[in-house]
Formats: sequence, C-alpha cells, structure tokens
Amino acid sequence: MIWNEPKECMSRDERKADQSKKLIDVVKNVYHNVPFYRKKMQETGLEPGDVKNIEDIEKLPFTTKNDLRENYPFGLFAVPKSEIVRVHASSGTTGKSIVVGYSRKDIDMFSEVVARAYCCTGVTKEDIVQIAYGYGLFTGGLGMHYGAEKLGATVIPVSGGNTSKQLDLLQDFGSTVLACTPSYAAYLSEAIDEAKIDKKDLKLRIGIFGAEPWSNEMRSKIEAGLNITAYDIYGLSEIIGPGVSCSCEMQDGLHIAEDHFYPEILNTETLKAENPGTIGELVFTTITKEAMPLLRYRTRDLASLNYDACKCGRTNVRMSKIQGRSDDMLIIRGVNVFPSQVESALLEIEEAKPHYMLVVDRVGTMDTLEIQVEIDDRYFSDEMVELNKVRQKIKRKVESILGISVIINLVEHKTIARSEGKAQRVIDKRKI
Amino acid sequence: MIIKQLTVFLQNKSGRLEELTDILAKNNINISALSIAETEEYGIMRMIVSDHEKALEALKAAEFTVKTTDVVSIQCPDIPGALHETLKTLTNNGIDVSYMYGYSNGGTARLIMKINNPEKAMEIIENNL
Repeated sequence: MIWNEPKECMSRDERKADQSKKLIDVVKNVYHNVPFYRKKMQETGLEPGDVKNIEDIEKLPFTTKNDLRENYPFGLFAVPKSEIVRVHASSGTTGKSIVVGYSRKDIDMFSEVVARAYCCTGVTKEDIVQIAYGYGLFTGGLGMHYGAEKLGATVIPVSGGNTSKQLDLLQDFGSTVLACTPSYAAYLSEAIDEAKIDKKDLKLRIGIFGAEPWSNEMRSKIEAGLNITAYDIYGLSEIIGPGVSCSCEMQDGLHIAEDHFYPEILNTETLKAENPGTIGELVFTTITKEAMPLLRYRTRDLASLNYDACKCGRTNVRMSKIQGRSDDMLIIRGVNVFPSQVESALLEIEEAKPHYMLVVDRVGTMDTLEIQVEIDDRYFSDEMVELNKVRQKIKRKVESILGISVIINLVEHKTIARSEGKAQRVIDKRKI
Repeated sequence: MIIKQLTVFLQNKSGRLEELTDILAKNNINISALSIAETEEYGIMRMIVSDHEKALEALKAAEFTVKTTDVVSIQCPDIPGALHETLKTLTNNGIDVSYMYGYSNGGTARLIMKINNPEKAMEIIENNL
C-alpha cells in the first residue's frame, strides 16, 4: 500500500515543478528569518530572487554540522520560539550537541513521512509496533512513535534496552513489527534463542531498522534469526529524524520523501553534482520545514541516487544503502566517534605518543574499539605494574572523552605506520 | 652486587623474540639470565647480558623499546631455606622486592632482584648474610 499516492507517485516533471516552488519559498524564508543564511547569501552576492527553480540550488551555500554547533542552541530557528513545539538534539561528539527545533507543522510532516515509511514496508493499522529505539532527545523513538500512530497501528513505546522486557512484550502482546537499530535487532535475535523461545510462537513479521549503517549480509542474518522481513530506514535529526527515506518490498534502494527533503549527490572533492548511480556525498535541503530549514546540509554520508520509477509504484528518487562516510566518523555502539578525539586525548597524556591506530571489530553483536598506542620510550618501565598504570591512565582519559569503553593496547615504538600524506588511523573489521 | 639489566618491550607477535636474539647473536652478546613477564598483548623481557652497553645500542638501532635498569644480583647457597633467609633479612630491614628471577647451578644459586633502593639493599646483604 502507498500512504500518500499523489506525493509519492508524481511524474518527474510534476516533481520538479513542486520542488522548484518549495525551494523558492524556503530560500525567501531563510533569507528573511535566519541571519546566518542571510549573511552567507550576501557574502556571495546572492539574492532570494536569483533562485527561480530547483536547478538553481547549486548557487546556494552549504550548511555543515559545525554551522549547527556554532549556532547552538537556537541560532538557526526561522520562527519565534513560541512556535517551537519540540526540540531534539543529537549526541555531542566534539563539544556541544546540535539542536533541532520543530513547529507543529514540522511534527505533522515528520509523522507523515514516517507513516509513509511504515507503509512502504507493508505495515498497516492492524499491526502492533514495538518501538525499541531510544525515546528522548534522540529522534528515533518519538519519530517512529508518531508515524505509527498516524498510520493507526498499535504502538508499544518500550524504548531501547531492557531486553527481557522486550522478549516478554514480543510474546505477550504479539508484536508484529519491531523498530530499532540493526545491532539491537541482532542482539534480540540471540536473546530469543538463549531464552529458548520458539520463534513460531512469535507474531513478528516486519523489522524496520536504522540509525546505523548495516550490510545486506546482516539483513539476511537478522531476517533468518527473527523470522521477519527487514527494511532499512534512514534519517538524521538535522533533517528531521527517521523517515527521510525507507526501503520498500523491492529492497532496491530507499525511497526519499523528496517533496520535503531535496537530495543531491556531490563529488566529495569538487562538491559538484554527480551523475545518478555514482556514489558521492549525500546533501539535503529541507524544502518544507518551518522551524529550522536547512539549505544543502552536508550529511557526510556516502550514497548514490536512482531516479527510475520503482516496481512498487513509487516514483520518488531512491538512495542506495549508505556506503560509508566522507569524513572519518565511526559509529560504534550507536555513538559517533571521530579519530581526532582520540588524538586530542592522547596529546594530553605525556606517556603516550600521538601515534595510534583504531581497530573496530564486532564480537558477536557488540562493537569493540581497540586503540593501539605507541609507548613513549621515556615512560617505558621494566615493571609491569607501571606499564599497567600507563595503560589505565590512557584508558580513563580516552573513555571520558568518547563516552564508550575502549581497549588500550600498548605497542612498540614505530610499529604504527608513519605516513607523509593522510595517515591511516582506522581499521574497521566490521562487515557493514 | 649491583648490575645492569636490559629490559625490552616486546609486542606479542610471532617471531619478535627471535628477531631480538638474532641481533644479540650478530653482535656477539651472551645472555646469562633472563625472564619474560607477559600479558595478552605484550611482554617485558628482562635479561643480564655480557655487554649491556653494546646490546642497548644494537637494540635501539633496530627500533626496539629498550632500557637499562639497576638490579641487585646476589649469590646464596643452593639449599632449602636459603632464599627465605635472604628475603627475611630484606623484609626485616624494610626492603621490598618488585620482581625477581634466579637460577641455581652446582651448589650456588644466583638471584636477580629489582629493588627500589639497590644501594641500601646491598649494604644490608653485605652486613647480614
């Protein structure tokens, strides 16, 4: 079933006209209401009237995560605070978190796009949706919640964690849909086996997983483990939250709600548009948001676009699964980690040299982060106790900055390859 | 007596120890005592060698993480209770041992001990044993 056929199935020409009109409006809006954008446009001599159709989007300035941080907390709002009905924030990795505001209309739109996503995966109002995404500042829980209510399904707002409760609810309430991160789905699948629950007694049929990159292999594993069909949902709080795009029964890309979020794929070096099918950085412009519209937000996620109509009947553009990042950000156990954070932590510890390697792996369903650090000759000790103290000191420092537990391994001097160009700092052994 | 011990940081990877002995052999350095303390990821090799300065230089040149440490080397009779007597004397005089290793051969035993104040330890041993 298609939730909103007129919006999801319009012709490419109609689409272009719709997007052009909305882009013109949003540019006027931010120029007049967001000093940050007015200044950016004035710097390049751009006036709202210069944007006449969707193709003119390439004239517009970019927005980065750093811009959001610098305007913390409410600097990019385009409406008076009285119009803001909700605020979400994403985990602050380096310094301050980033804040996103929603007007009443934005929340309605958020619910609409998530309802479309549910529909895309075959969920109906007859379903019982167990939402095991975290509720709170993170957009996952509440986003999936409002969308399921809009659809008319029965919502179980259990939130993340508390695995034994999750298993009870799956059995007692007969949940038919599970929404959570793919790694938590894999974990639940193992927990079901460990608890010796017969999967035939569960009613689960659909899984909607997102907020983390995952592979098709992992999808097959989760599908077999939970005896469901699994779908990929994509989103980011800067743009709205989950529901920016979602895969359909064809499992051939994620349909973007492009009547609200205009996607571009740009070459990571030149920042010029790539041809459809070519992988590049995914950039979104929110063309209908009221409270905090963003122009050309650089997601740093790598993907490609496919404008062909889908066999499911939808004509909106599809994005590939996320293929990686254009920066060096890692997502470990749902937490964003930048190698530069590790580096700055090490620089504060005199016993360690700033030569390090991050080794990310997945043991069972848990991500592990090992940090190999070269020990400084001056602090090398013949006593094991002293070396362990150094290791503990590094561990505490790094953990306090990253917010996740790490394994510190001291390695020999000069064993970490030196590079004259961009140093290779990360070995990611996870298959995603 | 107080002697120099060579301490080498060794990553736990196949062949690393052999690389070290290769360098010592090529430099004609003899090892008279050694011990390795190991963890999952790395080990600390401690050894007494015929020419510690030459060994230090050679290992540093080969990028090993290496240092020399003063340790106390003492001899005691190779009979039951002899080690106990030695340690009792040290303990009674407030001397703590960080680590030790030893061997016995032909009636005498030789002990290598890491002590924070080796000079004081030597004085006590010379006066009491």
